[in-house]
This record gives sequence, structure tokens and C-alpha cells, in this order.
Amino acid sequence: MVKVEFLGPIAREAMEVDVKSLAELSKRLFEEESIRPWLEKCAVAVNDVMVKDPNHALKDGDRVSILPPVCGG
Amino acid sequence: MELYNGPLDVKEIFGRWLDEEAKSNYGAYIPFVGTIRAEDGIEALSFDIYEPVLRNWFDAWQARAAERGARVKMAHSIGDVPVHTSSYIAAVFSPRRRVALELIEEFVEDFKANAPIWKYDVIDGKRIYAEDRSTPMEGAGLLASARDEK
Repeated sequence: MVKVEFLGPIAREAMEVDVKSLAELSKRLFEEESIRPWLEKCAVAVNDVMVKDPNHALKDGDRVSILPPVCGG
Repeated sequence: MELYNGPLDVKEIFGRWLDEEAKSNYGAYIPFVGTIRAEDGIEALSFDIYEPVLRNWFDAWQARAAERGARVKMAHSIGDVPVHTSSYIAAVFSPRRRVALELIEEFVEDFKANAPIWKYDVIDGKRIYAEDRSTPMEGAGLLASARDEK
């Protein structure tokens, strides 16, 4: 299972999903109405490392963080 | 990198940083202070931070600064920070002023664009996400691209 965490203002509990790639995870997340509007604007980290490759593979125990638009300072 | 609950004690932190580097033979020390302005009826700003990714971002910047013989430092607040107090300070130490002047700009601007920190206006005690002032991080939209992969 892969654990997915939604950071900052995305009001959504973490979830566990059975997926093997970012592509599979993406399809799963786009099905969720409360998450869908955020997804185009979000960046992604896997195990706290920012990911740039949409083909990134996921393995059992991975932790995926969904990072919405930021504004520090 | 230092994180604090609530407003920063700017004088203590800058004074300590100065002491820490007093014998490091840096010729230039450029501090930056971000202060929360009273505007749009806010009483405070509030911040969420994702610390593991922020630490990675900061460590990458420290390595970039080291390549130029310089050192970066920063402190940021978590939670509520009232108007007219500070939530973010940064500094560059370098052997010469030119590198420090360039780095402080790059460091602060990249911080605004890519540090995993979320800002909320606090009005009548309620936290409202500052969506219109927020920017997608580098690499945003990956999930939309991933959806189109096989």
C-alpha cells in the first residue's frame, strides 16, 4: 500500500491506496471530487523527495505528499 | 535553519548569527527581515510548514552557497504571527559583498516560490488560505501529466 498525505490547506485525511505508479495514483485521485480541483496546481513528493517524472514507480510502503501552491514569508 | 512557534525574536537571532560567524572571516553579512503588514483587515498571518521537504530545500541551498564560498541562514514561524511582527528572516554570509548581494536575492525569491509553506490570513480568529498570493511549486501539475500516461 502507498500512503498519500494532503498538505497545507487541502482539507482531507491521509489515505492508503494500492497503486504501482504515479499514473495509477493520479487516476485514483482525479476520481475524488474534493481533491480534483487541487491536482493541476499541486507538486508531489515521494518519501519527502520532490518528484518531476510522471512515470515515477511506487512501491509498497512509499509515502506520497501532495503539495498545494505555497507562500512563505 | 530554525523554526519557531509564533513570531520571531529577530534581534536575538540576527545577533546570535553574527556571533556564530564572528571568526569565520566573512567580509559581508546581509540580513533580510519579512514583517507582517496590517492590510485587508487581518490581525495576523498563520503558517503551516512541511518540515522534511523544507529541510531538503534548505540543504540544497546551503550546498549552492558553499560552492561560492558563502553560507545561508533562515528562520521561519509556524502558526499565528500578529501584524507588525516577523515571520521570516534570512541572511547570507560571504567573503565578498557581490556574492552576498546576488545570493540574498536568489535565496529569498526561490524561498517564496518553492519552500513548502502555506499562508493563511487570520480575520476574526478564522484562518483563510491566501490562495491568490500562493504560487504552484516547481513541478506542479505532475499528477495531471501522470494521469495521461499509460
